[in-house]
Amino acid sequence: MKRSILLLAALLLCAAAHAADALKAGVFDPPRAAPDFTLTGSNGSDLKLSAYRGKVVLLGFGFTSCQAVCPITLGTLGQAQKKLGDQGSELQVLYITVDPERDNAAQLKTYLSHFNSAFIGGTGSEAQLAAVRKDYGIAAEKVAGPDGSYNHSSFIYLIDRAGRLRALMPFGHVADDYVHDVRILLAEP
Amino acid sequence: MKALRWIGLALVVALIGVLVWAASTPVTFASREEVFEIPKGTWARRMSGDKVEILPSRIDLTLGVHDILLLRNLDDVPQVFGPTVMMPGQSFRLPFEVASSYSFACTAHLSGQMTIVVAAQPISAWDRLRWRATALWNAVT
Repeated sequence: MKRSILLLAALLLCAAAHAADALKAGVFDPPRAAPDFTLTGSNGSDLKLSAYRGKVVLLGFGFTSCQAVCPITLGTLGQAQKKLGDQGSELQVLYITVDPERDNAAQLKTYLSHFNSAFIGGTGSEAQLAAVRKDYGIAAEKVAGPDGSYNHSSFIYLIDRAGRLRALMPFGHVADDYVHDVRILLAEP
Repeated sequence: MKALRWIGLALVVALIGVLVWAASTPVTFASREEVFEIPKGTWARRMSGDKVEILPSRIDLTLGVHDILLLRNLDDVPQVFGPTVMMPGQSFRLPFEVASSYSFACTAHLSGQMTIVVAAQPISAWDRLRWRATALWNAVT
């Protein structure tokens, strides 16, 4: 009887621990290595994903003239980084443009600094960016019209310290959800 | 005649009992996952000209009941499945916490679009009753 109670308690503890550790984002199982890329960084250096091993990376795609999704997403990520406090230094937000015609490194730097000066943007040739989008399953389509807008995938990838593509956060999640998931990934060895 | 009346009465009582149960019992399932799989050989079938639809273009989920989308790629090649690229043998588990309509680009569809509609959790008696009636209707039609 005592053994059964202990077993039940252990199972309940395991279930509770699992629930607490569950990411809010969509999780890949098994995780694969995040495809590496080298682009032109808004910080004036090459932007190479693998250079951020050891940090948790939030990777998004968008463009600086975006009026809808991008400012909301980046605002949310800015809040999340702030809420992480000291742990924020172990997080790197990377934002890759889908609009290389207008988004050069300087434009990206100015735009991203409105949200967080530590965010780094990436740009490159159309071919380079298309290859990165293909690796990550990102859709981006220019909308016909004078403002040159784009329809593009709006989710954010979560990459762990080991450079594995762990999860995907759909658009609309609040900063606390990012904080929750980043803390889980940061706590991993 | 009297027997028929008793049978009718019993049916009415049973129906009321079912309605009371349906309205008062929380809607729960053993798993909250709604599972969709790309079967092995899908890519080969497409290459041979077969227009295979893997997922419905609209997926309905309900918070607290079925609110976790589980996608599995059982094919031998990577697939853009739902919102992302999935490697062979990989699964993607996406929980939802907010009732809303979510649109994703998805090459698994001939339309290239997938919509996931997440409904609020059926908490009130009326919502539970309506949810069960809809589920029953969908099951039989």
